[in-house]
Amino acid sequence: MTEEPVLEMRGIRKEFPGVVANDDVSFDVRKGEVHALLGENGAGKSTLMTILYGLYKADAGEILLHGKPVVFGSARDAINAGIGMVHQHFMLIPVMTVAENIVLGMEPRDKIFLDERAAESRVAALSEQFGLAVDPSALVSTITVGQEQRVEILKALFRGADILILDEPTAVLTPQEAGELFGIVRSLKADGKSIIFISHKLNEVLEIADRITVLRRGKKVETVPREGATEESLARAMVGREVLLRVEKTPAQVGDVLLSVKDLHVVDERGIPKVRGLSLDVHAGEIVGVAGVDGNGQTELIEAITGLRRIESGTIEVAGKAHGARSPREMLDAGVGHIPEDRQRRGLVLEFSIGENVSLHDYSKEPDSKWGWLYPKRMLERAGRLIKEFDVRGGGPETRAGALSGGNQQKVVVAREVDRDPKVLIAAQPTRGLDVGAIEFLHRRLVGERDEGRAILLISLELDEIFSLSDRILVMYEGEIVGEHTGEVSEQEIGLEMVGAGKKDTEETAA
Amino acid sequence: MSEVASTPEPPEQPQGDAATLASSVAAKQRAGGVIVPVLTAVIAFLIGGLVVLATGHNPLAAYHDIFNGAGLNWIFHPTTDVANTAAYNLSQTLLQTTSLILCGLAVAFAFRCGMFNIGGQGQYFIGLYVANWLGWSFAGMSPLPHVLIAVVCATAAGAAWAGIAGVLKATTGAHEVITTIMLNWIAIWVGEWLFGDGGPLQNSANKTVPISNDIAAGARLPVFWGQQQLQGLHVGFFVAIAALVVFYLILNRTTLGYEVRAVGFNPDAAAYGGISVRKNLIRAMAISGAFAGLAGALDMLGYLYHFGQSDIPVSQVGFLGIAVALLGRNTAVGVGIASLLFGALLFGTTHGLSAGSSSIDPSLAGNLTYIIQGLVVLFVGADVLVLSVWNARKKVRRRGGGSAAARAEAPA
Repeated sequence: MTEEPVLEMRGIRKEFPGVVANDDVSFDVRKGEVHALLGENGAGKSTLMTILYGLYKADAGEILLHGKPVVFGSARDAINAGIGMVHQHFMLIPVMTVAENIVLGMEPRDKIFLDERAAESRVAALSEQFGLAVDPSALVSTITVGQEQRVEILKALFRGADILILDEPTAVLTPQEAGELFGIVRSLKADGKSIIFISHKLNEVLEIADRITVLRRGKKVETVPREGATEESLARAMVGREVLLRVEKTPAQVGDVLLSVKDLHVVDERGIPKVRGLSLDVHAGEIVGVAGVDGNGQTELIEAITGLRRIESGTIEVAGKAHGARSPREMLDAGVGHIPEDRQRRGLVLEFSIGENVSLHDYSKEPDSKWGWLYPKRMLERAGRLIKEFDVRGGGPETRAGALSGGNQQKVVVAREVDRDPKVLIAAQPTRGLDVGAIEFLHRRLVGERDEGRAILLISLELDEIFSLSDRILVMYEGEIVGEHTGEVSEQEIGLEMVGAGKKDTEETAA
Repeated sequence: MSEVASTPEPPEQPQGDAATLASSVAAKQRAGGVIVPVLTAVIAFLIGGLVVLATGHNPLAAYHDIFNGAGLNWIFHPTTDVANTAAYNLSQTLLQTTSLILCGLAVAFAFRCGMFNIGGQGQYFIGLYVANWLGWSFAGMSPLPHVLIAVVCATAAGAAWAGIAGVLKATTGAHEVITTIMLNWIAIWVGEWLFGDGGPLQNSANKTVPISNDIAAGARLPVFWGQQQLQGLHVGFFVAIAALVVFYLILNRTTLGYEVRAVGFNPDAAAYGGISVRKNLIRAMAISGAFAGLAGALDMLGYLYHFGQSDIPVSQVGFLGIAVALLGRNTAVGVGIASLLFGALLFGTTHGLSAGSSSIDPSLAGNLTYIIQGLVVLFVGADVLVLSVWNARKKVRRRGGGSAAARAEAPA
């Protein structure tokens, strides 16, 4: 690693109407270095990188490549200068093969037609060189998200990128895929590539980066080497104050069983069994965390308990009363609150105001309505109260939910669910995609709700979250509970159970 | 807490994509405001003017004549005397406006629930047939119950007709655009049979004409402006205005409207909220059909009085309702204004002009309305496109940034 930067951004300023997105930000990358750009949502990370990639024009400041000033008028200029960017949302054409996607726009030609064989062999060579395993002849529609990301990286490398910008690359990946991505990043680095790694996750930044630049409110806070940086110090720089990364909670005061699921069987749309004879109990005043790799029936389990999906067999009891879970309405009225895993697809009507969203479950009851007649003022009053209580920023009761940031959207969802005073609260991925400040708030709130005596079922793909919140941990694998832990347990142990390695033992002990 | 919370929300990255028809249009409307529909209409008129110019006439003179032909010059010298040409023309424009409002609402209501009701014409026909049948069937009944029975049954028939498409969508997932178009054709051919030789609704006195009986005098709606013999403006006009108010109130002030809008914007979230999506698809479609069926009833009882085979292919009001709803942005006020515009065009380019006007090519009279209708539909579709391109260019968001990059990369 040389100390001379390959790329330098000096005094970058970018203003949008009413907002300064970047204010005098300086940033540089060296050859063979992973430089992380860390900051909360809206701190200006993406703006800075879109300027570098030629999509925005900076209002002030300059960009130097190998010490020479350059001006990028478009992404094409940036690509020609050896800069590649992998966006958070991939831009691949699903009906084309991996190789076709990669060579798109600079295809090797056999006279006038695409030379498919040449394309595939060049892609294969490239993927071997950097250890990015993908099948060049596979259709993009048939590959996994993790592979799609590799295709995007290969696309950038194929265009000769020496500097690679990865925008929140782990946001869409499973923990396993994230691990593989880190391996790829290391091999790219060993090959002399420079990588700019945009993230708001402290642990992964500490794992992969050589240097870390923290942005806050459009300004650079500091650039530090990884050595000496800790999660606490980075969180403080990001948020601007001390942050409690550990959730403070007292031991659970466990009460009666409020949610009891027995021998539940659920199938997915295609009729494939997803929940297979699952049983679990959640008591008042405890948080039960369900750990598991995505796709092991968690979604179907939640949908069954909330009445969104028909159950094949088994029983669901809420506070001792059996329910057929025939409709979401039945379960809502039975006292089940639900923070859905996808707040934008399911948790909110983005075009509705906060007021209308807060009434999503109760619009047909008093005081929101009477005899079918709606009282919008009362909805807005309630929203106003909840906005205060949950510290929702960025709008009032009449603001469109879609205009809020992710963290504030989630606060609206949680406020609505908690305000109905549910006996059971299902929290699915409650902090996915949120920044440190919002996560801290929501975690504290969940523990608070537990202390109120609610039974909380937490389903999360983030082991950290499971560990820091749960009083009891269940591990779900292929539609069954394969492990249960109340005391001390290591991440490795849970991790093994998550991939089915612990299953044999449980079956043997049971037999 | 306050420190964190004041971390910059802006540059706000509002989360979420416009997923459904209703929500994507709502997103575009926010970006365009009221300017865009007004601009849409203006551009449609400009291009319509070019067409007039191409036929060798002066567009300004043509539009001036259309304006007067529609009776809009009445506002400069108002009089209630329909012997006055302007007053008469205006009453005829408002007659057209009446059914346009209801057919526009028929499209708009379904749209707010996320569906595109192309079947307004068929639902209108069904309402019209039923009103005709009941209108002459109970001759001698006292007027008020007679009118009420005919109107209520015709409205219900329109609702049932559209409800078929709703049920098909809710149970089998059949797309409402396809089913409502097919239902239009069924309604048309049912009409051909009803009024044709030996058909059940064919004239009982004269078995040789494919025209229905005239409805009973008692079933005719009172005319409040002009004379019944001269096709005066009937009280159905006020019913249409009331329907605009009802449309607004249902959508914004009732739990039914809340459900309709929730399903229209985001069916997944609606289901999560405890709303039955299927029930709402069927119900919203039926309410849409009720508006169109009511339009048919008011036209029949208000001024048509009879209907025949040859009238079927001429009737376009249900299709014009699509343009009305699109231009009016599926809101009550918008539909009202767009209906007046199209009503004026419809009458102004035909009868209003026919009095020896030389400002427009005779072959263009009447058809100009349809040219402008087509342009409006085209531009309303296109303004969604234009706005999204414009926005992507203007501010590169997370996703927008990506697609801009993709565009920059693509041409090589």
